[in-house]
Amino acid sequence: MSIAANETDFLKVQADQQFSRKRLFSFGLPVVVLLYLTYIFFNFDVPGLVKRFEVDNARALVADSYSYKTHITRDNRTGDVTAAIEGERKGSYPEGTVPEWVTLGAADKVIDLGGGHEIVFGADNFVSYDVPGYGLITAQPSRASGVQASLPTSETPDWINASKNRMTITTDAGRLTITRNRTEVFRYFAGWELFFFTLDSPYSGLGFGEVMSRALGGESAAIWQDFWNNKMWRHKDVAWALFETILMAFLGTMGAAIVALPLAFLAAKNFTPFTAVRQITRRFFDFFRGVDALIWTIVLARAFGPGPLTGALAILITDTGSFGKMFSEALENVDKKQIEGIQSTGAKPLQRYRFGVIPQVTPVLLSQILYYLESNTRSATIIGAITGGGIGLMLTQAMITQKDWEEVAYYIVLIILMVMAMDWFSGWLRRKLIAGDESGR
Amino acid sequence: MTELTGRVTDIRADYMAQVRRKRMMDGIILVIFIALMVSGFMIADDRNAGGFWDGLHRFFDFPKEVVSEAVGKLDEMPAHFITFFPSLIETINIAAASTLLGAMLAMVLSLLSTRGMAKWPRLIPLFRRIMDIMRAVPEIVIALVLIFVMGGGPVPAMIAIAFHTAGALGKLFSEVNENASLKPVEGLQSVGASWAQRMWLGVIPQVAPNYFSYALLRFEINIRASAILGFVGAGGIGYELKNAMSWGKGQYDEAAAIFLLLFAAIVAVDQLSSVVRERLTHGKTTAQAQKVSA
Repeated sequence: MSIAANETDFLKVQADQQFSRKRLFSFGLPVVVLLYLTYIFFNFDVPGLVKRFEVDNARALVADSYSYKTHITRDNRTGDVTAAIEGERKGSYPEGTVPEWVTLGAADKVIDLGGGHEIVFGADNFVSYDVPGYGLITAQPSRASGVQASLPTSETPDWINASKNRMTITTDAGRLTITRNRTEVFRYFAGWELFFFTLDSPYSGLGFGEVMSRALGGESAAIWQDFWNNKMWRHKDVAWALFETILMAFLGTMGAAIVALPLAFLAAKNFTPFTAVRQITRRFFDFFRGVDALIWTIVLARAFGPGPLTGALAILITDTGSFGKMFSEALENVDKKQIEGIQSTGAKPLQRYRFGVIPQVTPVLLSQILYYLESNTRSATIIGAITGGGIGLMLTQAMITQKDWEEVAYYIVLIILMVMAMDWFSGWLRRKLIAGDESGR
Repeated sequence: MTELTGRVTDIRADYMAQVRRKRMMDGIILVIFIALMVSGFMIADDRNAGGFWDGLHRFFDFPKEVVSEAVGKLDEMPAHFITFFPSLIETINIAAASTLLGAMLAMVLSLLSTRGMAKWPRLIPLFRRIMDIMRAVPEIVIALVLIFVMGGGPVPAMIAIAFHTAGALGKLFSEVNENASLKPVEGLQSVGASWAQRMWLGVIPQVAPNYFSYALLRFEINIRASAILGFVGAGGIGYELKNAMSWGKGQYDEAAAIFLLLFAAIVAVDQLSSVVRERLTHGKTTAQAQKVSA
């Protein structure tokens, strides 16, 4: 009786200890995490980030990704007025033509920004801007004496930035910049400009129905040409870049699988009795994996130059390591009985592997390969951004300009769709192939 | 008797026909696959700046250069290691912080998208789609945009990696959640626990080991990712590597030191996490252990 009681006491003490240990752990762990994040907060200088945060950049990025602006520019030396979308040559209106909200008079050029905002380019470089609810702003820029602006109020509001040589007026309707050499007006519109056709194409500005009916009328080849070779959005190059990215992922993944499979036999305990060979092969796999795609990319780019092949090889080498490790683990788990059965019929070693081993490991291998195919599509985008190939390169190029944010947004959407499509495709193939294998064999 | 042999021959003929059909299909698939590989290789080779066969013999030139310079300046190596160690720590910190933040977000997202546990069962498809999209975004996309807005440094990389990690881990976590028992949740509900309490006290203790093991695996991946993001301007060892590479010929000893540091860090974390994961799943059913290792 007393022994039993002692035992209960002992168990009770033990349980209490266990409880307190668990309590310590479950309260201690969040505290440790919190401490670490606090350390990171100060180590990464998050408070200083607020100062470095460039609100203007963020605003330009967001605004530009869903809207575009048309520049109306007057050169103060020659007096020529030109119109260009985003101020790019590719988006220029043909000479002498302007959007319909600009009226080219003999003396005055009237720019209607909508909502009552009206800018007039007068004779002799004179500029006036009628802002509703504020008044008429005028300026007489000249090379000798600067902008010479005059405002209706004595105080300068904060949406006007004026100095001797430069004045910028930013309103909801648009923006007017006056310098000694030129006067420039921006008007903003929602949407992606010239997505289908550039201004030099006869189909620019036509409605969808109109274009369709012309396509049916026998102009489909010309329409396709104008769309496909759109200089602004470069649909042809984008399609090639997406294809290159997927190609890198496909070649890299499949190549790695082909290289890794025979090597995996050398690293599997049940196929290679020599410890030395096994160890050497395994260290090779570790090395390929450990060096990391970044370093392989740099090394390969030196030898092969930028392009999709370099990206494919970088993926191939890194994944040979990963696949080798996983395949050899799968090979170590195969059932010996099937191999013995094949052997008993007098099969040679190669036949034993082909019919005794491969059918057993195929489903495992396939599902791993297909999983990597999807994840490598993402890696190929990243590697492309470093070495220069595929959609990753186009993305970085568009970012470097720091103004084509609508293209950046477009590429991001395409990348996400591409990865999701590959995810779906690899899942579909996995179900198809592996389910097919089970019923077939 | 003749009937029987007749049936046997029929069966054999059927079987042989089936085998032939299967072989034929396998053969066709193999031919298509080889054609795809060869033509893909040729297109890639064609669109590459330098050709494959030209580059092949140059493959070892750069590594040889780096190694010979590193060997030539062997006495400076320890100094380089000390110089670049802080940036290695920064890279590891980026990976660790983003894994932590991503895992916390993934925990919430996965609970919200598991049947039987979700707070709003109708919104399960929505949260699943959100995770799919987060998973599909390559880190570099977010990092580049954030670098433009915030300037270079570790924070853009951390946010970018955490975002992707949340999606990737969220999917794995919700698979774990599906195997968790709902009985503790029901028990807690019967005593009036709120949703957060039910999850924190009823579900998390069951799934924590598996979560932890997945998060460790992700940490390994994230170290590589944070090194790469450094290369595009997000700080850490990748940034130093880019600088060291730009010094050019005769100055590759720094690059060699960084290569070695990065390699050592990746291998060390790899080994450490596999040991910890082994211990974590030790004593559990093999099915679980396999799942974790897969």
